[in-house]
Amino acid sequence: MRVTFTVNGREQQADDVWEGESLLYVLRERMGLPGSKNACEQGECGSCTVRLDGVPVCACLVAAGQAEGREVVTVEGLGQEGLSAVQQAFVDAGAVQCGFCTPGLLVAADDLLERFPWPTAPSDDDIREGLSGNLCRCTGYEKILDAVRLAAARRGEGA
Amino acid sequence: MDFLRPAGWAEALAAKAEHPAAVPIAGGTDLMVEINFDHRRPERLLDLNRVAELQEWEVGADTVRLGASVPYARIVAELGGALPGLARAAHTVASPQIRNRGGVGGNLGTASPAGDAHPALLAAGAEVEAESVRGSRRIPVDEFFTGVKRNALAPDELIKWVHIKRATGPQEFAKVGTRNAMVIAVCAFGIALHPDTRTVRTGIGSAAPTPVRAAAAEEFLAAALAEGGFWDSGRALPPALAGQFAELAAGACNPVDDVRGSARYRRHAVGVMARRTLGWTWESYRRGAAGSTSGEGAA
Amino acid sequence: MSEVARLPTGRGQAAGTAGGIGESTLRPDGTLKVTGEFAYSSDLWHEDMIWGHTLRSPHAHAEIVSLDTAAALAQPGVYAVLTYDDLPAEQKNYGLEIADTPALAAGRVRHHGEPVALVAADHPETARRAAAKIRVRWRELPPVTDEESALAPGAPVLHPDRTDGHARHVPHPNIVHRQPVVRGDAAAAARRAAHVVTGEYEFGMQDQAFLGPESGLAVPAEDGGVDLYVATQWLHADRRQIAPVLGLPEDKVRMTLAGVGGAFGGREDLSMQIHACLLALRTGRPVKMVYDRFESFFGHVHRHPARIRYEHGVTADGKITHARCRIVLDGGAYASSTPAVVGNAASLSIGPYVVEDVEIEAVGLYTNNPPCGAMRGFGAVQACFAYEAQMDRLAAAVGLDPVEFRQLNAMSEGSRLPTGQQVDSPAPVAEILRRVKARPLPPERQWETAGGAADIRALPGGLSNTTHGEGVVRGVGYAVGIKNVGFSEGFDDFSTARVRLAVSGGEPVVTVHTAAAEVGQGGVTVQAQIARTELGVAQVVVAPADTRVGSAGSTSASRQTYMTGGAVRNACRAVREQVLALGRRRFGTYHPAWATAELLLAGGKVVTDGGEVLADLADVLDGEQPVDVELPFRHRPTEPFGIESGQGFGHVQYSFAAHRAVVEVDTELGLVKVVELACAQDVGRALNPLSVVGQIQGGTTQGLGVAVMEEIAVDPATGRVRNPSFTDYLIPTILDTPPIPVDVLELADPHAPYGLRGVGEASTLSATPAVLAAIRQATGLALTKAPVRPEHLTGT
Repeated sequence: MRVTFTVNGREQQADDVWEGESLLYVLRERMGLPGSKNACEQGECGSCTVRLDGVPVCACLVAAGQAEGREVVTVEGLGQEGLSAVQQAFVDAGAVQCGFCTPGLLVAADDLLERFPWPTAPSDDDIREGLSGNLCRCTGYEKILDAVRLAAARRGEGA
Repeated sequence: MDFLRPAGWAEALAAKAEHPAAVPIAGGTDLMVEINFDHRRPERLLDLNRVAELQEWEVGADTVRLGASVPYARIVAELGGALPGLARAAHTVASPQIRNRGGVGGNLGTASPAGDAHPALLAAGAEVEAESVRGSRRIPVDEFFTGVKRNALAPDELIKWVHIKRATGPQEFAKVGTRNAMVIAVCAFGIALHPDTRTVRTGIGSAAPTPVRAAAAEEFLAAALAEGGFWDSGRALPPALAGQFAELAAGACNPVDDVRGSARYRRHAVGVMARRTLGWTWESYRRGAAGSTSGEGAA
Repeated sequence: MSEVARLPTGRGQAAGTAGGIGESTLRPDGTLKVTGEFAYSSDLWHEDMIWGHTLRSPHAHAEIVSLDTAAALAQPGVYAVLTYDDLPAEQKNYGLEIADTPALAAGRVRHHGEPVALVAADHPETARRAAAKIRVRWRELPPVTDEESALAPGAPVLHPDRTDGHARHVPHPNIVHRQPVVRGDAAAAARRAAHVVTGEYEFGMQDQAFLGPESGLAVPAEDGGVDLYVATQWLHADRRQIAPVLGLPEDKVRMTLAGVGGAFGGREDLSMQIHACLLALRTGRPVKMVYDRFESFFGHVHRHPARIRYEHGVTADGKITHARCRIVLDGGAYASSTPAVVGNAASLSIGPYVVEDVEIEAVGLYTNNPPCGAMRGFGAVQACFAYEAQMDRLAAAVGLDPVEFRQLNAMSEGSRLPTGQQVDSPAPVAEILRRVKARPLPPERQWETAGGAADIRALPGGLSNTTHGEGVVRGVGYAVGIKNVGFSEGFDDFSTARVRLAVSGGEPVVTVHTAAAEVGQGGVTVQAQIARTELGVAQVVVAPADTRVGSAGSTSASRQTYMTGGAVRNACRAVREQVLALGRRRFGTYHPAWATAELLLAGGKVVTDGGEVLADLADVLDGEQPVDVELPFRHRPTEPFGIESGQGFGHVQYSFAAHRAVVEVDTELGLVKVVELACAQDVGRALNPLSVVGQIQGGTTQGLGVAVMEEIAVDPATGRVRNPSFTDYLIPTILDTPPIPVDVLELADPHAPYGLRGVGEASTLSATPAVLAAIRQATGLALTKAPVRPEHLTGT
């Protein structure tokens, strides 16, 4: 089947999509956007997190056909000019090791910070709850917490 | 494989009538796992994402009419007052990403004994409104689960609404898993106090082939509360009474040993959860607070 | 900017080198990883690429009576179906140490999930459907699943024709390797004991659970060879195993490291490498293979589950008299690195304590369980879990505080290990224990909110809302461990680095090229830091790792900063010598300092140690070829352990970490919340403090995981894996992982480059027993099994 939807602001189309394919597969293998990651393909790790009409979801659990006509934002769409604040904070805080969980965490963290607009800031428990759907096997999460705290704090700079 | 994309409810019913083997997909949080892992190859998928009614809810005088696809995240955020038990259960579902996508209709459709919504629905009291081109009917949730991952739907039926009794008293839900987030229930327990009818309802998850109510425990408790005049006095419950309730709840289990937990543990844990959730709801009732109890955790 | 490299070599490094060692410079791949552009092995794509798929055994032990691929081959879109009969070379098997693993099953499968056939097709789904059409007739055989069934009279022998080096000295062919360590006279020493404590312990099968699944792309080349892009821990070891099975010389198997989504030991063994190459060579098309999570559980080895028995004696005043220990490690169906794991378990089984009189035996089994091999901590983890439980019981027996008891018996620099090896660098065991103990305890009842309610996120059970404080009891526990660094037992352990200094756009640029696998640990960061420090050049490029340069050895055993770091350092120093020689030749006559002064490279210039600038590097190299040096680096040699005595200088370096765990246990439901997991670790020298702390926190969390939730469940009757998914194999989420404050000590090891100590593994050891000790303190239960399950805590 043919599937057409908007990814990171651009309309994209894929042909000959097998009906059992996930949105994740279409993004990665058909649209040249492998940033969303294929760690578990069962909704248990969050590494494929994308926004679907603004809402963070696991792209592995969205059937490709369900994305028809919708708006998808992937990690590739987070920083339109250079790195976004949350991307920069992940680099600066040492929150990236192997990096396989990073794209999904960034989309989830981006959403989390949106729900705590400056000058509010998420507490550590809020961060933990907000990121509880994203597994990381390398960092022990401490530097990820640092990164989100840093990104939250930096929103105040120059404001 | 075929991918059917009905634009509305009538079209969806027509498609289901024409292709009774078509598998509905809404949040995809169960079905896509089975497809990704090659456990299931339906001939047809019936995408319900475009059916607007399924995304809607309405709070009525006595019941909440909940669209089958209203995501758990919205239940947590918007229905905590009317459906505190279900909101609590929804909050324990998987991960934030899954809660943004999955809904009660899918949980009922899969009819897993471990489905998190089920104990809360059983405790609150609910009817599943199934519809087909032949018409619609309401199935009491107590009669909905017919076996392990089996439900009372006819092949041409789809779940449209779930009519859930609005809370008239405190409700709680607890689930045991070996992880502090993103975990499938080893077992779960839901309880709802219904001061309007002076009854108590319960639901047990993942401790029997289907979600079940702890009928003996409910009857015992209703009788004990009435006898002791507890509803009126608002007295603290004697520990022995809560203990008896817990024991009867554990007795309602018919669990198995599996990789997630032993049968003995499940029975034990259901008892502990029954005692604790009764304590929380009763304390809340005594304070006169309908709705949520003392456990917090932002959504 | 001050970039100083001091000459001659070995005089120590100047502090404050911008972007040099000791700084928390940021990862060079960080930006690509946060934008999603970093190409992991599963992200690769090639024109005309097709997909490979593996058919695996549903049985743990079975004979293949017949195998019919005709229906699969007839599927439209299928390019090839391969079985054992299609293997092109004489060599059919591979293996890290012992080549006992068939590339495809040879008439018999020995574990659940063993590869049986391969399919290449135009789409993953086509390949899956074709694989489902391969008809296999099985005859199931009784599985060997534990020591008893492996060694029983008449037990099926899993590898009847063994020719490996261990076969001669093992007591049974189903024992891969046996390593005793005997020192002193345990029987005599036991008579001095006021108390004897014995215990039996069990350690579950842990999975590395790296997030990036096994995957890669094999591209057939015109010369009949193949280019393989893959995620691995050791390119050259892969190639050594792959090439013979393909029937190719090694130089026709060209490997490039693709992005690695974590490893933790699980990528030491081959997974899809040979399979993708076979399909690519057969079809003439590029072949991509990507495992899903289910397959990944069968695609790599796991941590050896273990059954461990200890006997320790202690004098009335708290000195350990002796130890006897037996460690049985289940290696599963194929050897993988079981021999080395056995060697580690045996030689480190006493822990970081002084015990003169010991009788130790470690054995590794062949069974029909999933193959087990390398995982972070490598044999030392299982032993540490058990000996630390013993330490708490011994302390209790003599009425001493558990930390004081450990400090009383702690080894230190100069102590002898049970192998007879004297530890000849700092061993601050007592000090790291002191530090974790001295840390203030986290406040009690942190779940209580201002309004008197309970924040369930801070309670056992977390979001599942199982307690609002009921049944919750706090416990505190301590543990310390010892891990070897680098490859041991006489292995010729080396790494190679090629360093090139050139001028580009008028500026000096250093290129560092090694085959060291960057698996997330930050090796690429550290290599660049070393080059900046040694060559005083700001701009350093770390080239992609591939097999065009000599072997770097494995990214395992906490060894890459030591080994490849050492190789980069040495290559840089050789480059520096050449540059200075060049400078002396070209400019020596213009300034006497070229001949008389100590010369440094700093800020892209040659300067004297007095600060006088003699020349720009750009001028020294002007019109010259780039200076280009490739050199191997070796650590000092080790020796094998005696076959019966276990004596020998077996390990090159040791690494020590200690933990204090604070837990809150819901004693009624048996659920655990780890509240804090503080660590102190000696790292010799922190080349990149940010990365060092990240390694320690990551290792700690994997130790936490196996303490309370992680275990591959294998059905003891059938040998089948019961939980191959992230739904049922649980790893800690961010809500399960507490604050992990880390105290980093830097006591230099004089034998190691920059005094550094391998950092990757030690924290994985002590985290698990510390958590268990804390749970024991909270519950009063003996708890002899990791992971601890709610059933253990509730007696159900």
